[in-house]
Amino acid sequence: MEIKKDRLYSQSHEWVLFEDDTTATVGLSDYAQSELGDLVFVNLPQEGDPAVKGETIADVESVKAVSDVFSPVSGTVQAINEELLDTPEKINQAPYDAWLCRIKDVTGKDGLLTAEEYEAFVAGL
Amino acid sequence: MEEQVILKTPLYEKHIQHGGKIVPFAGYYLPVQYPAGVIAEHKAVREGVGLFDVSHMGEVAFEGRDALANLQNLLCNDFASLAIGRVRYSPMLNPQGGVVDDVLVYRLGEESYWMVVNAANRHKDVAHILAHRFGEVTITDVSDQYCQLALQGPKAEAVLGALLPAQSIPQRYYSFVPEADVAGVRCLVSRTGYTGEDGFELYAQAQDAGDLFDALLKAGAAYGLQLCGLGSRDTLRMEAAMPLYGHEMDESVSPLETGLGHFVKLDKPDFIGKAALLAAGEPKRARVGLTITGRGIAREHYPVLREQQQVGITTSGTFIPTLDAPVAMALVETSCQALGTKLFVDIRGKAVEAEVVPLPFYSRKK
Repeated sequence: MEIKKDRLYSQSHEWVLFEDDTTATVGLSDYAQSELGDLVFVNLPQEGDPAVKGETIADVESVKAVSDVFSPVSGTVQAINEELLDTPEKINQAPYDAWLCRIKDVTGKDGLLTAEEYEAFVAGL
Repeated sequence: MEEQVILKTPLYEKHIQHGGKIVPFAGYYLPVQYPAGVIAEHKAVREGVGLFDVSHMGEVAFEGRDALANLQNLLCNDFASLAIGRVRYSPMLNPQGGVVDDVLVYRLGEESYWMVVNAANRHKDVAHILAHRFGEVTITDVSDQYCQLALQGPKAEAVLGALLPAQSIPQRYYSFVPEADVAGVRCLVSRTGYTGEDGFELYAQAQDAGDLFDALLKAGAAYGLQLCGLGSRDTLRMEAAMPLYGHEMDESVSPLETGLGHFVKLDKPDFIGKAALLAAGEPKRARVGLTITGRGIAREHYPVLREQQQVGITTSGTFIPTLDAPVAMALVETSCQALGTKLFVDIRGKAVEAEVVPLPFYSRKK
């Protein structure tokens, strides 16, 4: 399982990659995609939607079940990765490239885990 | 719900060794998938061969002069004509005409039968069976003595052919060979399955499970045999529109409503539930297939709507790999069962378009 060092993580297995102080892209960790299994469907927010830390921002569906994706930070949705709507399997194939959405005016960075902290967290599950 | 201890099948360690992702299911720890994933496992069964541990299934032995009479009373299908070496499916009903379980009956001998039951219903079934027992018959729950492996897919016969002489491979669907020697393991080999594909189910003594599993895995390697878990078992049976207890039927659903009328022989003198079925008259609900034409995946127990009125409920729903599309089965008012009827499924608060389509979603080319 890969944990990229260039970004932060949440305990609900989203990754956050900051482009600048207040803009971040969000995706699912390798651990998350592996636990979810083959993804066949993604529901994304719309541009301009509010993102609230800890609340549902998207959902992903595997063959077996639907799972919520929780926003790891607060802010406003600036862009979504529309490509995933037709090719959700990209999350399985390349979880760290398959970003779900970009959030601007980010607040609530506290509590995010570094790669090392996330690795320890996953090891304890 | 009674407090339940979760059991391991005799193959638990094998599942771990092969990277199975273990979940509790029907009182057993079983793999939901192996590292290949549900879609790859599903396709392996459709195009090649897959191996499932279904040891959680229960077996109840009926022996004695009144074995047949007891089965005839317990089950709504007719077993009078079931020959030795043959298998037949039936719902088992409660006195109200609802479904207690759906089972397979094997005729092993003149006065000897096996009833194969769903794991989750095993104890309930045995209590029901014993409560209605009469005459000269010994009824024994032998579930823990046996393992069961399902070898499924168009290449299943070739895999068995590498291990068994031709006369030990049952040729007709729903027939079985009572004693075959698979790499030194004594098995009952049955040409049955729950995938909509050709295949076999092998029953052996529980202590031989590991040897049987290894022998099949080894013989299957040349045919690309894939280990398969509960996830693909569900998508495969769903695609073939095979009903699953607790979904398409339960104690409150009549077999006529859920599309099992073919297995209800109302011309049989009597069986438990017959009077209730007759009194209920024409079914008011029907099981239909739905494709989700809007965006979303319907899961089980989602409301089905027409013009904002609820007309039914989904019983199973998923994304099925062969069609590469989301589908569902639903119990709906009979006025909505015509093919092409446009309905909506309430997917977590959103009304998503769906259409009634023929079942099964997939049938194999014969």
